[in-house]
Amino acid sequence: MLRVEEIYKDYDGKPLLRGITFEVRQGELVCLLGSSGSGKSTLLRIIAGLEDPKSGKVYWNGEDINQKPTHERGFGLMFQDYALFPHRSVAENIAFGLRMARRPKSEIDILVSRALESIHMQDFTARPVTELSGGEQQRVALARALAPDPRLLMLDEPLGALDHSLRTELLKDLRKSLHDSQKPVIYVTHDQEEAFALADRLLLLNDGLLVQEGAPETVFKLPANAWVASFLGLGNLLPGKVIDADRVETELGLLELQTQLEIEISSDCMLLLRPEDALLGEETTQSAHHLRAVVRDSVFQGEYYRVEVLVGDTLLQVNSQHDIEIGQPVHLDWRQDTLQCLPLS
Amino acid sequence: MKHARSRTWLLWLIPLAFLLYFFYQPLLAIFRQVFSERFNQGWQFFTWSQITRPLLFTLWQAFLSTLLTLLIGLPAAWLFSHFDFPGRKSLRTLSLLPFILPTVVVATAFNTLVGPRGWLNLILMDLINLSSPPLNLLNSLPAILLAHVFYNTSIIIRMVGNSLTRLNPHYEEAARVLNASPWQAFREVSLPLLLPSILGASLLVFLFDFTSFGVVLMLGGPQYATLEVEIYTQAMSRFNLPMAGLLSVMQLAFTLLITLLQNRVSSPRYGKAALSSERKTLRRPVSRGQKAFVILMSLLLLILFVSPVLSLVSRSFVTFEAARGERGEFETGFTTRYYRELFQNRTGSIFYTNPLAAIRNSLVYSVITMLVATTMGFLTAYALSRAGRFRRWLEPLFMLPLGASAVILGLGFLITFNRPPWTSGPFPVLIPIAHSLVALPFVVRTILPAIQGIPNSLREVARVMGAKPWRVFYEVDLPILLRAVIVSLAFSFTISLGEFGASSFLANARTPTIPVTIFRYISQPGALNYGQALAMSTLLMITSAAGSLLIEKIRLPGEELF
Repeated sequence: MLRVEEIYKDYDGKPLLRGITFEVRQGELVCLLGSSGSGKSTLLRIIAGLEDPKSGKVYWNGEDINQKPTHERGFGLMFQDYALFPHRSVAENIAFGLRMARRPKSEIDILVSRALESIHMQDFTARPVTELSGGEQQRVALARALAPDPRLLMLDEPLGALDHSLRTELLKDLRKSLHDSQKPVIYVTHDQEEAFALADRLLLLNDGLLVQEGAPETVFKLPANAWVASFLGLGNLLPGKVIDADRVETELGLLELQTQLEIEISSDCMLLLRPEDALLGEETTQSAHHLRAVVRDSVFQGEYYRVEVLVGDTLLQVNSQHDIEIGQPVHLDWRQDTLQCLPLS
Repeated sequence: MKHARSRTWLLWLIPLAFLLYFFYQPLLAIFRQVFSERFNQGWQFFTWSQITRPLLFTLWQAFLSTLLTLLIGLPAAWLFSHFDFPGRKSLRTLSLLPFILPTVVVATAFNTLVGPRGWLNLILMDLINLSSPPLNLLNSLPAILLAHVFYNTSIIIRMVGNSLTRLNPHYEEAARVLNASPWQAFREVSLPLLLPSILGASLLVFLFDFTSFGVVLMLGGPQYATLEVEIYTQAMSRFNLPMAGLLSVMQLAFTLLITLLQNRVSSPRYGKAALSSERKTLRRPVSRGQKAFVILMSLLLLILFVSPVLSLVSRSFVTFEAARGERGEFETGFTTRYYRELFQNRTGSIFYTNPLAAIRNSLVYSVITMLVATTMGFLTAYALSRAGRFRRWLEPLFMLPLGASAVILGLGFLITFNRPPWTSGPFPVLIPIAHSLVALPFVVRTILPAIQGIPNSLREVARVMGAKPWRVFYEVDLPILLRAVIVSLAFSFTISLGEFGASSFLANARTPTIPVTIFRYISQPGALNYGQALAMSTLLMITSAAGSLLIEKIRLPGEELF
């Protein structure tokens, strides 16, 4: 369906996108995940035809659509600020795309009332959009984007403007609507929770490059590099140096890994120590990784305590099932097979 | 708390008394003049055509001027809000030039461009070897329109351009994604969202054109008289004060009507929703059409804004006199004579106006105006910001003078104060007081937002930490407002220096001001008078520009003057 090939784009003379290539298949929901300023929105705008790439091509079903103007692409785009037309009512906003496509009036009326029904806002027909709450605006914006039945739907941080509780609630609705629409969707976000909840496939964008691509589970389990692990907040990242095929030198000493490293020997790397895999106890489990630590802080997180411990000069975050007093010396360990050594980039 | 309230009353009292005495009293006097005449003679003291002729002409020229201004201003606003091109910033600064030029300077400048002694005629005469100026655009409608376009294009550029840059670009893009072609997106989305600001700016331009006095008087001549010019003529040359009064009532009614309409249409209808906080990114012109547009438009603006000024300055250094004996031959050359003449103290006929005295008077008036206007404006702004429940009643009382025309003010002063002790005093204080009333709106509009911009929590923190009310003012308000006050001082000084409407009524041969002297020089025949008018205009322009530069330097961000 959609294929984006080697997209380059500069912003203010600096490279913003440096050769982006990916595909979106029929009915697939792809999440474009990256920090703010990574060029995610610009990529959407290039696909929508609102901006021209410096070089590279956008294909739809094999057809090069680079020269096609926005309104002839038949794509839908939902903006982060929704961009609901303030001079038009809820129904008029939803009808806009249909009207521009010159659909007959009777058909527009039916489609609009159906759209309003699907977002449970039948009573809002004539309401000015300026009087809607944030969540209502979000739903109207989605209905407006979907109304003309676009071939591809793109959403630019659709929940970014909402507060946290509303977000989780709307995320469920959104998941359902997007799934029901059976359209190919590109969903841009910087929030990994959203991405994990929605995506069939994740695309991680950093510094203008696609860093990793894969199912959410794969990305979570096997982050491609240190940036991915840090961006997704997977755990403690400890700088190290690869000594040989399965050993890494760190400030905590020499650590042995189970898997064979694919990183060049004597290059720098990051060791990922996940808090949930930490073995924390006063018992001494004799292993190569055994560490002595002092508890610095312990914060109740609901299901567990997030404990901050000091090992030598290194601060580590670990999970614990019970509260531990501050200042208490503890023993700390990670199973060999849970340690991951990641390349820097 | 009781203490604080009595203080607030005091704040009200001083500016209110000032306005009642110096604004409402003269205004009432004008009304009284009209109605007492009506009781003496019935409505027979005028014919309808005496009113309808100037009124219709005023409306007609204002309409034409506004239309022409939009014709240039809208594309110019588009140019500045969409394109990045070399010289953009300078051109934008240049577009502010008309704001700072006094009307007499603009009128003289256009005189040097299109008048019988102007460059256009000189060049034509030289080219086709004529002995007399071929074109006479002076005392014509085109001259008036030209000056009005020069004056008001910047208003369109600023107001419409501002909405253009602040209009959230996502609206148009959302429309484009929703199957709208570029033209449809503009017509269906951008245009309706911009319309309030276009209408508001147009009505403001219309209002300025409607109340334009100096330019019309000096470029239009007697046959093209607007209401204001007619008021002046009736009062100053026919001595028909009731007629002038009746025209003033007319003028006031229309001004009020236009102002109300302007306020109504330009109030933001969609709240802050339609505006984006981020500035639109400017693009370099890419296509051939865009490049042509940018080049032609910036060239047009450059000519519009620069040519009158250059023409004035250059013409003030050039002599152009018929050589003795030989018809059709002229001597032209560089000279500083016009400037030197200004500083030579000659005494002659009673019609002779002493340029040195005018300069001295103007400077003294300006200093007084600066102090009076800023003090009154400061108190008014403070009263308005603290009014509480009285605000609804008192605000209109304070805001009405803000829309009053200088000419009507002059007429009112003439009727009310043209007697001892005002006329017998050692020094005429009426002119600076009139100037203060003219400058007051600008001062209030500079200081009021600054006061309102101070978060009350700052004052409350100071109170909690033990500061007495006056101490709070001294420690919190004053330092923050200092810049606004300095801007106000410079503003009122510059306004007073260039004020012509009220001064033309109040300045007599003994107490001329610079603009009035320029007007007298340019109305009299002779190359020397013409040259001196130009020299004086040039000096006035430089002084005004210096004042405005100072204002611009210390201007607080986010202020709008209209």
